[in-house]
Amino acid sequence: MAMNTMNKEPERQDLEMLLPWHATGTLSRRDSDRIERALAADGELARQYALVREELAETIHLNETLGAPSARAMDKLFAAIDAEEARSPRRRPSFDLAQRISEFLAGFTLRTLAWAAGAAAVALIVQAAVIAAVVLKDERAPTAGPKLASINRGSFAMVRFAPQATAAEITNFLGAYKASLVEGPLKAGGGLYRIRLAENPLPPNDVGKIVRQMQEESRIVGFIAPAD
Amino acid sequence: MQSTSDEVLIGRIANGDRLAMQVLYARHHVRVFRFVIRIVRDESTAEDLISDVFLDVWRQAGRFQGRSSVSTWMLAVARFKALSALRRRPDEEFDEDSTAGIDDGSDDPHTSLEKKDKSALIKRCLAGLSAQHREIIDLVYYHDKSVEEVAAIVGIPENTVKTRVFYARKKLSELLKAEGIERGWP
Repeated sequence: MAMNTMNKEPERQDLEMLLPWHATGTLSRRDSDRIERALAADGELARQYALVREELAETIHLNETLGAPSARAMDKLFAAIDAEEARSPRRRPSFDLAQRISEFLAGFTLRTLAWAAGAAAVALIVQAAVIAAVVLKDERAPTAGPKLASINRGSFAMVRFAPQATAAEITNFLGAYKASLVEGPLKAGGGLYRIRLAENPLPPNDVGKIVRQMQEESRIVGFIAPAD
Repeated sequence: MQSTSDEVLIGRIANGDRLAMQVLYARHHVRVFRFVIRIVRDESTAEDLISDVFLDVWRQAGRFQGRSSVSTWMLAVARFKALSALRRRPDEEFDEDSTAGIDDGSDDPHTSLEKKDKSALIKRCLAGLSAQHREIIDLVYYHDKSVEEVAAIVGIPENTVKTRVFYARKKLSELLKAEGIERGWP
């Protein structure tokens, strides 16, 4: 009789619903202990648990008969990765003075740094210093070639970073979009920077799409527009 | 010896480590493929999709924030891509009521033989669940996903995860009953 009463309780229903996860071992220790105690006392629940284990075994077996992808999938993936890397090599971390400066400044927001410097006008200068550190850190060309020639090729945008953006966030932001800072802050631009979105010239629609995506990152980007 | 965690691999991938990408692929591609093929039911499409999923991992690794496990993240991406692929095929859709073609017609000799084997019959009925039920049963039983992880992958509340699994199991019992196996539950 006690068991019949228990059967109707929400607690019993909850335990019943959790049986599949108990069988796969993905429950918390607390829930697992609850179920173990209930299984020991409730024969009907234990019988249902046996059904769950049966389902578990057959589901695993069914999935194991589904085979595996051919080497084509992996070939296609790494060909795509190679193509992306050839178009726009991913930057790897390096250790240098610029990185140390960047890491030191990374914990502070630009606004905080500007305040610490004593005047709001200093914000742009501090931001420039932070971003210069980012640029220097990211610059890892093995030979010092003519930079101007390389920075004039590709697709570009003008950006003003949000005052609260940290150096780490700006670095991550640029890395995530495979973008690089090529110029700035512009004298006439009030903290504007020129960034390269791609090594090759992209169709205007593609540039617009990237710019719109970047614009959505409002914590980091204050203003952005396509540029020549 | 402890293997490198998926999270560490993702960190290396974010720095452009191709070898880390190969390790992650080797570790997860079969399961992701099996998850996807159960949705799209086409091997060639499933292979294309897993290439896309792992390419997304390569591209987005720098943004991975560790709010879920790497495998949960990948399954969520895989599910999104698989459903998008289904939507591009007008004759196919992820219909919660659609079944995977369990036939109740007259038994051919092979089917009759199969019916004698309870294990095979359960598998047949598992395959005959609706797409929605099949998916959630696979995530729990085969992909070892917790209630929270299933909720994150499928995009439904945790309580819905529990009730959906419950009803999927109930439906399985009904299918088995129709095939002559009385489980005594529900």
